[in-house]
Amino acid sequence: MYEGVVQDLIDELGRLPGVGPKSAQRIAFYLLQADPADVRRLVEVLTTVKEKVRFCATCGNVSEEELCRICRDPRRDTTMICVVEESKDVIAIEKTREFRGTYHVLGGAISPIEGIGPDNLRIRELMTRLANVEIKELILATDPNLEGEATATYLARLVKGMGFTVSRLASGLPVGGDLEYADEVTLGRAFEGRRSLEY
Amino acid sequence: MGLYRDEAIVLRTQKLGEADRIVTLLTREHGQLRAVAKGVRRTTSRFGSRLEPATHVDLQLHTGKNLEIVTQAETINPYGDVISRDYQKWTVASAMLETAERFTSMEHEPALQQFLLLFSALRSLSTSSHDASLILDAFLLRSLAVGGYAPSFSQCSRCGASGPHRWFSLVAGGSVCVDCRPTGSATSATDTLELLTALLTGDWDSAETSTPRARREASGLVAAYLSWHMERNLRSLPLVERV
Ligand SMILES: [Zn+2]
Repeated sequence: MYEGVVQDLIDELGRLPGVGPKSAQRIAFYLLQADPADVRRLVEVLTTVKEKVRFCATCGNVSEEELCRICRDPRRDTTMICVVEESKDVIAIEKTREFRGTYHVLGGAISPIEGIGPDNLRIRELMTRLANVEIKELILATDPNLEGEATATYLARLVKGMGFTVSRLASGLPVGGDLEYADEVTLGRAFEGRRSLEY
Repeated sequence: MGLYRDEAIVLRTQKLGEADRIVTLLTREHGQLRAVAKGVRRTTSRFGSRLEPATHVDLQLHTGKNLEIVTQAETINPYGDVISRDYQKWTVASAMLETAERFTSMEHEPALQQFLLLFSALRSLSTSSHDASLILDAFLLRSLAVGGYAPSFSQCSRCGASGPHRWFSLVAGGSVCVDCRPTGSATSATDTLELLTALLTGDWDSAETSTPRARREASGLVAAYLSWHMERNLRSLPLVERV
């Protein structure tokens, strides 16, 4: 234990995701030795981020305005909605340049064991958007793990019969790997999601 | 203990750092363990789906400083994969995993009966051999029994007078006769008690013939009895879909 404010700093840093007690201590001492100007800039960014950044009123993505950059863009196809767990998933999909539709950020996955049910996510907001008759496709891009799968299962059941297409991202084999190392669930899903090759 | 092998069911996973996870396991021989799975969140991880919740795996573990380290994993039964494709079953499995975690909270202490109970309940759930909600109640009752809190449904839990009795008391630990019943005892229908007895003893033929009303009442009593014996309520139980 350190004295007063140094320990407070370590405790605060230790509350950040992925930062253990050892890392918290290392970051704290880095900050203590850092140039005061650098620390001031960090403080300013943190303050500004909390003041300016909010969540898009439509899709829940991080945004500096009422609507995020994607929802403001008139070239985006609003008849397609891609559901993801977190804002960082939007960034990942945007990097592929494959998708020209819009997103919906749930804010996590359904996880009963953590006490997170459908009501704790932005599912009601999604249903409001889906009530629009223009919607053609809902793409479920929750994480390729079992919580993500269960969340997609729940959503697919919820929107059943609403008329639009519901799709799930194909889970396949990681490019660059050897087939023999794939686990059976991944390999099984890759079989399910196989596509025909036409020449 | 160095390097060793065991069979396990994955109870829970938590993110750790950039790409690792801590997995809570119920093993056949070493009871509950917490282990680090390095790099498991990368899409190129050799662990793949093997360390996902409700998966039955064969593991090689290494004793670490605080936590064990998973060095190898092979799937025995991918129960979680099957179950996650049916939302009601997923909520039921979550409640079973959380219950098993609570009843085996002493790490490294062998808990073979709890392991076998969980294993067979997940198997029944994934093969839909019975109604999911009934499988859950049977599992919860038997977990309580293995944990030393066997409720009594046929005899009076106070004086042993043979029943069935109309009254049910959490304090007394099950059915109570009219003379022994403590204040605050609830009444329960005879067919509810018959269903509870059937679930506790594995009499599926009579359990399957129960009415929806008896099932609802039985689930309520099981949940109340469970929360009476637990320090904290289960987080997953209120999220279970009881069709
Ligand atoms: Zn938006």
